[in-house]
Amino acid sequence: MSDPIAVLRELWIVWLTLLFLGIVAWTFWPSRKEKLERHGRIPFENED
Amino acid sequence: MASIALGRVEARASEYNEDVVRWFTIATVFWGIVGFLVGTYIAFQLAFPVLNLDLEWTTFGRLRPLHTSAVIFAFGGNALLATSLYVVQRTCRAPLFGGPLVAAFLFWGYQLFIVMAALGYVTGITQGREYAEPEWYVDLWLTIVWVVYFVVFFGTVLTRREPHIYVANWFYLAFIVTIAMLHIVNNLAVPVSLLGAKSYSLFAGVQDALTQWWYGHNAVGFFLTAGFLGIMYYFVPKQAERPVYSYRLSIIHFWALIFLYIWAGPHHLHFTALPDWAQVLGMTFSVMLWMPSWGGMINGLMTLSGAWDKLRTDPVLRFLVVSVAFYGMSTFEGPLMSIRQVNALSHYTDWTVGHVHSGALGWVAFVTFGAVYYLVPRLWRAQRLYSLRLVEWHFWIATLGIVLYITSMWVSGIMQGLMWRSYDSLGFLQFSFIETVEAMHPFYVIRAFGGVLFLLGALIMAYNLYRTTKGDIRAEEPMPVGAAARLAPAE
Repeated sequence: MSDPIAVLRELWIVWLTLLFLGIVAWTFWPSRKEKLERHGRIPFENED
Repeated sequence: MASIALGRVEARASEYNEDVVRWFTIATVFWGIVGFLVGTYIAFQLAFPVLNLDLEWTTFGRLRPLHTSAVIFAFGGNALLATSLYVVQRTCRAPLFGGPLVAAFLFWGYQLFIVMAALGYVTGITQGREYAEPEWYVDLWLTIVWVVYFVVFFGTVLTRREPHIYVANWFYLAFIVTIAMLHIVNNLAVPVSLLGAKSYSLFAGVQDALTQWWYGHNAVGFFLTAGFLGIMYYFVPKQAERPVYSYRLSIIHFWALIFLYIWAGPHHLHFTALPDWAQVLGMTFSVMLWMPSWGGMINGLMTLSGAWDKLRTDPVLRFLVVSVAFYGMSTFEGPLMSIRQVNALSHYTDWTVGHVHSGALGWVAFVTFGAVYYLVPRLWRAQRLYSLRLVEWHFWIATLGIVLYITSMWVSGIMQGLMWRSYDSLGFLQFSFIETVEAMHPFYVIRAFGGVLFLLGALIMAYNLYRTTKGDIRAEEPMPVGAAARLAPAE
């Protein structure tokens, strides 16, 4: 129980949730909006 | 304008491998019709058992995996292969990695897997694992083919000229990688002899059951959902001629789905020997899946914002958009049914069968039809589809078929569940099992008729696509738009 690695492993859902929240924050960071939304145009560039 | 666009098609087409996409598209339509036909036949078997023909090869037990594998792995699998190989080349601006011979091996190798699996089912060679029925020798062959698929797809992504990997490719890649993992782990088995077909699973008891449903549910999550979301994220924007509503939402959709789906499997084992905590875990993650599913549905539907009027005139777009609506509906119903108290009523009944088909017919098949209608004129260099009116007919006949299917199964399933749990005043079960079977007969007939309509729609599609490949165009007026629609201003 006192093994710190084991305690950290027990809390896996906390780490995964934080990682996911990090992805959300990264994605919706206002300064990234334009760059990311531009990717939506990829299917229309090099138009077939 | 049109001729300029056409000239650029020719220039690109010389670089991209479209032969393999054409083959996979033909295979999609062919296996789709086979799968729908077998499904309709076994639906009639349930209503009229005499159709089992008293032959071991044609009993429901052997034809049912033939149906499920034909629609999931043959129809759905070929659709995923066709669209993924088309999309990855265009969004990466790179030809298929590995060249035409490897692509041909991928095509014929995959068809061989389907035929080997199907022959096993009718002759009674099966592992008895749902959606993973093929025995060890077929599993090994599919593993080889799948690794080649991964190399071809991922190699194309790595050699891309477009710096960013478009989101559809993320979904396709998640599908390819996860299916490999699920397939290998769930099929770990020890063959009884080197020359015999029989094998035994490496797992036993409840571990075996959980492994199977970890596989089974994620086959739904990553084969029938993630892969087909790849189709949605390319073909809905292309057909609507506007980029996806929110690219950032698509990133969140992807990661939320990846984080949550893999835990949902235990909801198939409620009230079994599986520990309660694992059942609750499966239920909790299933309920959380509401969020990414609906986020993705909103993203797909809102792509049409400002272009809703196209739904009136473009039946191909309508197939794609209605498929997204069915995606939303069945991913609402699924988490509901994963709740233990609801599952106590729904499990082992026809409600489950109806739920699966609202996803399979409404979402998977409709998004595939939309993509195939988009692809065929482009792949065969036809000016346009042979007949948009036939697409309209296909759409409405198939939609009616789905409505008959899922409503009859809702009624039949809930009735069945309620009959199973009815007690009389002395505490005895009120109905014998055979009474519940008798009560379901009319709904089985309605369901089978829904299947006939769905099959009929697919046959219309096959004829329409065949004439399209010949370059024929039917002289026809567009379908009349309703009076109410004419009055409403189009945006």
